[in-house]
Amino acid sequence: MGRRGFDLGAALKASAIAALIMLGLSFPILAYRADENFSNILVLQSRWPLVAALVAAAFALRFLRALWPAPRPRLARPAQTQPGRDEAQSLARFGRLFALIGLAALIAFPLVMLALAGPAGALKWIDNYGIQILIYVMLGWGLNIVVGLAGLLDLGYVAFYAVGAYAYALLSTHFGWSFWICLPVAGFLAALWGIALGFPVLRLRGDYLAIVTLAFGEIIRIVLLNWSDLTNGDSGIGSIPRLSFFGLPFVPGSTGFAAAFGLRFLPIHRVIFAFYLILALALLTNFVTLRLRRLPVGRAWEALREDEIACRALGIDTTKTKLTAFALGALFGGFAGAFFAVRQGFVSPSSFTFIESATILAIVVLGGRGSQIGVALAAVLIIGGSELLRELDFLKQIFGDDFDPTQYRMLLVGLAMVVMMNWKPRGLVAIRKPSIFLFAEKAIPAERSSVGSG
Amino acid sequence: MQGAPLLAIEHLRMRFGGLVAVADLSFEVRRGEITALIGPNGAGKTTVFNCITGFYKPTSGRLAFRRSAAANSATLTALTRSARRFSKDRATFLLERMADHEIARRAGVARTFQNIRLFAGMTVLENLIVGQHNVLMAASGYSLLGLVGWPGYRAQESAARDKAKDWLERIGLLERADDIAGELPYGAQRRLEIARAMMSDPVLLCLDEPAAGLNPRESQELNALLRLIRDACGTSILLIEHDMSVVMEISDHVIVLDYGVKIADAAPAAIRNDPKVIAAYLGVEDAEEAARAALPR
Repeated sequence: MGRRGFDLGAALKASAIAALIMLGLSFPILAYRADENFSNILVLQSRWPLVAALVAAAFALRFLRALWPAPRPRLARPAQTQPGRDEAQSLARFGRLFALIGLAALIAFPLVMLALAGPAGALKWIDNYGIQILIYVMLGWGLNIVVGLAGLLDLGYVAFYAVGAYAYALLSTHFGWSFWICLPVAGFLAALWGIALGFPVLRLRGDYLAIVTLAFGEIIRIVLLNWSDLTNGDSGIGSIPRLSFFGLPFVPGSTGFAAAFGLRFLPIHRVIFAFYLILALALLTNFVTLRLRRLPVGRAWEALREDEIACRALGIDTTKTKLTAFALGALFGGFAGAFFAVRQGFVSPSSFTFIESATILAIVVLGGRGSQIGVALAAVLIIGGSELLRELDFLKQIFGDDFDPTQYRMLLVGLAMVVMMNWKPRGLVAIRKPSIFLFAEKAIPAERSSVGSG
Repeated sequence: MQGAPLLAIEHLRMRFGGLVAVADLSFEVRRGEITALIGPNGAGKTTVFNCITGFYKPTSGRLAFRRSAAANSATLTALTRSARRFSKDRATFLLERMADHEIARRAGVARTFQNIRLFAGMTVLENLIVGQHNVLMAASGYSLLGLVGWPGYRAQESAARDKAKDWLERIGLLERADDIAGELPYGAQRRLEIARAMMSDPVLLCLDEPAAGLNPRESQELNALLRLIRDACGTSILLIEHDMSVVMEISDHVIVLDYGVKIADAAPAAIRNDPKVIAAYLGVEDAEEAARAALPR
C-alpha cells in the first residue's frame, strides 16, 4: 500500500478502536438510568439501543475520517504575514461600515418589530432578544476594558453587576431614590468596589489574578445571600420601582406616559423605552472606551498588556493604570446592574452566579479581546443563540416531550468556544486598530499583540 | 568636569539571600559624559542598573542623583537625614528610596533592557507616544479633559507626534512609523527602544547592552546615535556593554566590575592597559568567549 493509498485494514482497526472508546465512555453514563415510577420507587431503565447507536456513529465517523485524504503539510509561517495584514485591513474597513449598519438597525429594531409583530408579539422580541442582548453587549464592553485593553483576566466581573443591581434595588426601595439618581450612584459604588478589588490583586498576575477575581465574585454573591437583614437573602428584593419616562410612569390613566403624549396606553411602551435606555448606556460605554483608547490612559492600558516592566521604566504608574481599568470596567458593570434591577423589578443573588461572569468573559474572548464590534457580535451569538433555543420547541416532536433544547445551552457555548479557539484563537474580530498614526492607519492582526499576563 | 556628579553611587550593596551580587560599590556618573559599566558575565552590572532604576531595592547604600548642576551637598546631607525621597526644589533625588516609575518620571532616569522590551503589538509610533505618557496624561487632564476633546490636549498630542517624528527620522525609521514594532528587524528594535526612552527627555539614560546583536555597521550607527544624545540632547549616558569597539570608542569613562566589586574606574585608554582588568576580563583566554556570550541568544 502506498502512503496516499487507502488502507482498509488500518481504517477498520482505527474505527473499531474509536467505537470501543465510545462504548467505554457511554456505558457508565448512558447505559442505565435510574428513574422514579409513579409509586416513587426507583427503577433501573436500560438504554442499550442509544449506546449502540452512539457506538455505531463513532465507528462510522472514524471510518469516514479515514477515507478523507491526509492534509498536505502547510507552508511555512512567514509567507502568511502579509496576507494576514491585508485581511486585517479589509476587516477594519468592513468594521466601520458594519458598525454604522448595526447602529441603524438597532435604532430601528423596536419600531420594526412593533410594526411587524404588533404590540403583543413584539414584546418578546424587544425584551428577550433586544434588551437581553444589549445588557450583555454592555457588560462585554465593560469587561473588555479590563480584559481586552488592560489584559487583566477578571473572572469575577459579575460582582460589579451585582453591586449596581443591589445599589438600585436598595436605594430605590428604602429611600425612594429615582432611577436617574441611582444610576450614577450605582456606577460609582461599583467603581469603588472595583478599586477595592484592584488593590489587593495589583501584584498578582495571570492565573493568580484570575483566581482572586473569581473568589471576589463569589464573596459578593455569598455576602448578598447571607446578609439577610439588608438584602433579604435568597428571596431577593422585590417590588423595585419600575422604569419611568423621566418621571412619567408607564401606567394607564391621566398621569402616565401615554396620556402625556396623547398615545393609547400599551405595556410595550416601557419595554421600548428600556430598549433605548440600555442602547444608550451601551453606546456610552462604547464611546468612552473608544475615546479612552486614544488617550494616554488607554494607550497605557494597552502598553501594560504588552509589557508591564517596560511601562514602569517609562514612568507609567502601573498601580494607578490598573486601578483605573478595574474602576472603569466596574463602573459600566454597575450601570448595567442598575438597569438590570429596574428592568426586572426584582433582584436576587441567583442572578449573579459565576456562570454569568463566565458568559461575559466568553463573549469577550469569543468576540476578540479589545475589539468592540467583535464583542457585540459575540453577545448576539451567545445570548441571542441561547434565546433562540427556546424557540426550538418543535424538536420535542422528534426527541420526545422531556427534551428541553435550552438545557443544551452551555454545551453549545462550550462547543462554540472549542471551535473558535481552534479556528480563530483570537476571536471573531481579531484585529487591533492603532490608536494614532502618522501616514496611514494600518490595522494590526491580533496575533501580533499580547493578551497580557496580568 | 561640570560641577557635582550627576549620579553618585555610594557603598551600594545588593544581596539576594546568601548571594552578594553587588558588594560595597561606589562610583560616579558625570554630567554630560558617556560612562560605561563593563565586566564579565555575572559581575553584577545589570543588578546595579536595576538598583539605579528602582527595579530592585538596594540592601544598603546611597544613590544620590543631582538633576541640576546647581544642587549642593548641604541639600543632599539634609535630604539623607530626612525621610524624603527628593529635595523640595526637585534637584536632588535619593533613588534608593523611590519606586521605579517615580525614578523615570520625577528624577528623569530612563532605561532600556538587555532583552528588548518594546510594546511589540503596538505600532512604532504608538511606542514613542506611550514613552511620553506623563506629559500627555497631564495635558489630557488625567483623561477627563481629553474625553471631551479639550483643544489643549489635541495640541499637546500633535506636539508629541512631531517629537516622535523627529526621533523616527534620527533613528531612520520614519517610513516604518505605522508598522508593528515587533516586526522590525533586531537592530531597528534596539534603536526604537532607545528613542522611546528618550521621549521623556531624561537627564540620565541607562542602556543595558545596546550593541548586543548588532552588526558592525549598526554598531557604528549606534555610536553616532549615542554621541548625538550626549551632545545634542544633553542627556548623560550610563551603559553596560560587552562590545569593546563600542565601549572604547564612545565612552568618556569606564568602570569595571568583577564579582560585584569595582576593580577599575578610569578613562578608556587607561582601562585598556590595566593589568587587573586584563586579568579579570579581557586578557585571559576567554575574552573571546565573553564576546560570544554578548551575542543574543
